[in-house]
Amino acid sequence: MPEARSITYGEAIREALDDAMASDESVFLMGEDIGVYGGAFGVTTGLLEKYGEDRVRDTPISEIGIVGIAVGAALVGMRPVAEMQFSDFTANAMDQLCNQAAKLHFMYGGKAQVPLVLRAPTGSGTGAAAQHSQSIESWLANVPGLKIVMPSNAADAKGLLTAAIADPNPVVFLEHKLLYKTKGEVRNESYGGGLGRAAVAHEGRDISIVCWSAMVSKALAAAGSLKDQGIDAEVIDVRTLRPLDRSTIIGSVSKTGRLLVVHESPLTGGFGGEIAATVTESDAFDFLEAPVKRLAGLETPIPYNPELEKGVVPQEEDIVKAAVEIMTG
Amino acid sequence: MGDVGQLNRAEAIELLTTMWTIRRFEEAVDDLFARGLLHGTMHLSIGQEASATGAIAALDQGDYITSTHRGHGHCIAKGADVTLMLAELLGKESGYCRGRGGSMHIADLDAGNLGANGIVAGSIPIAAGAALALKQRGSDRVVVCFFGDGAANEGAFHEALNMAAIWKLPVIFICENNHYGMSMAWTKAVAIDRLSRRADAYGFPGVTIDGNDVIAVKEEAGRAVERARSGEGPTLIECLTYRHKGHSKSDQNLYRTREEIKEWRDKDPTQRFARVAIDAGLFDAATADRIAEEAKHTISRAIEEARSGPDPTLVGIENETYA
Ligand SMILES: Cc1ncc(C[n+]2csc(CCOP(=O)(O)OP(=O)(O)O)c2C)c(N)n1
Ligand SMILES: [Mg+2]
Repeated sequence: MPEARSITYGEAIREALDDAMASDESVFLMGEDIGVYGGAFGVTTGLLEKYGEDRVRDTPISEIGIVGIAVGAALVGMRPVAEMQFSDFTANAMDQLCNQAAKLHFMYGGKAQVPLVLRAPTGSGTGAAAQHSQSIESWLANVPGLKIVMPSNAADAKGLLTAAIADPNPVVFLEHKLLYKTKGEVRNESYGGGLGRAAVAHEGRDISIVCWSAMVSKALAAAGSLKDQGIDAEVIDVRTLRPLDRSTIIGSVSKTGRLLVVHESPLTGGFGGEIAATVTESDAFDFLEAPVKRLAGLETPIPYNPELEKGVVPQEEDIVKAAVEIMTG
Repeated sequence: MGDVGQLNRAEAIELLTTMWTIRRFEEAVDDLFARGLLHGTMHLSIGQEASATGAIAALDQGDYITSTHRGHGHCIAKGADVTLMLAELLGKESGYCRGRGGSMHIADLDAGNLGANGIVAGSIPIAAGAALALKQRGSDRVVVCFFGDGAANEGAFHEALNMAAIWKLPVIFICENNHYGMSMAWTKAVAIDRLSRRADAYGFPGVTIDGNDVIAVKEEAGRAVERARSGEGPTLIECLTYRHKGHSKSDQNLYRTREEIKEWRDKDPTQRFARVAIDAGLFDAATADRIAEEAKHTISRAIEEARSGPDPTLVGIENETYA
């Protein structure tokens, strides 16, 4: 068996970058303050020293340029991994990401490829307020041509980033800020396998809790409390929103007969709607024993005050409460 | 230094008081953060007091400003109540934005401060937009738009400067070039020797000045304000300055040297102005010391008052999203 080590989510991301750069000359990094500063969250620390300024390229504060230059470089055969300092700033680069990167392969009749990765710290919980705390996955989920990855733990962070870099398409890789320091077992073997498979993070028979990113650890903790109340919850970690592993979700709900979707971004237009529809449009509908429920962020920007900030996104106790409500009808 | 002869005693005292209030505010915030009484992050403007103070001293009451993530100084210079600012930083219901905004998002609309901004360069087009409205309504009010050297490399900067130029908008672009955009030296981020040259490209005047000289900033801003009021359009003023503290709370200062920081500390704008004003006989050394000391007390009292303010609650928060 390969050796397992306990490292943080941030370290796992760095390892994936390091391995990819060591094995493929066409991989290079680009972003604001990723060199000597090591990135706003320290993810790229040490890579400048190892790979030099051309492959760990500090950019001016120019998000359109960062993504656009990654698109151009990818188009002629490089594998750029660009960093958006906070996922919120993706808004600045929306044209290059959604109108360019996502569309070129299709629009050019399948002749072009844009194998880029856009890494971005996402989510709330750090007191950084409305313009540095959003969860932007649903902004992007309606854009065919993009892949969207949101790892919930260190092992997936490494494995999925490795797969994202190897993927011939533009991949947005959203890293939750609250996960950077969390530790997990990561094996030394090389990670393979493509994107698009959900994971059963915890097996159960009574209710399926479908979630991703930082909500997974909250759902797992909630599953623990639910167990004490005699409720056997299954936790599905979606991992990649695009492509979406519909069959794992449908399979789980067919088994449990109940669905709770949990996400941090606001309810309206959130990706939870897609998952709810996936289930109700499928054969799993026949097995449903209770209405499908979505638990999501409130319809507000993220507030600064720490209590308000916590209050507008689902917490462990909210998940427990919602699951109990579904179970007791 | 700018021409100290242009100042009277009251003006000189006001400039020094504003600069010291900003300095003491920032020092207090730094201390509150270190003691775990503030959360999140913040961007201190210690060392940059002259650009905020000088530029706003050239404005009248009804004029506007837009600010940045490093905005405490702009806010104070535009006449904000430091108690309400501190309450905001403490996340209180009694703060400027009811604890919803925090350090990076303080707006004081009554005083003409259209707000700090967490998005680099985000406020530059907004400043131009406010200027457009003023012009369209036939007002002689102007807008001062603050931003950093880093912001000058965003698309928003270029689009806004061009539009301000073609429509001759009454806006004064104040680039606070503190030599770094986070860890990136401004000289690495551009291939020109002066950011003020950017104005050339759009067809209006640009100047680079000593941004740690409050008198020079006030004079230059005064000329730009006159130009804007008389319908001649925008000006870009690049103020060369330096932040003494790290970019934000997570900064280890790996990208600059101790010597460089020391060199700029010696050009401290508050001390420098005090010396010049004392030499010119505008006030004596005891007065200067008293101003620095009083600013400290003002902030201490404000902290006490701010801390006793009520905390916000979640009740009805979803009703706040729309006007
Ligand atoms: C659009 C955008 N990109 C990046 C950031 C992250 N960020 C915040 S401040 C900053 C540096 C800004 O530099 P400058 O404009 O020179 O202002 P200074 O911090 O030096 O006052 C960066 C990169 C941001 N907030 N918004
Ligand atoms: Mg700067």
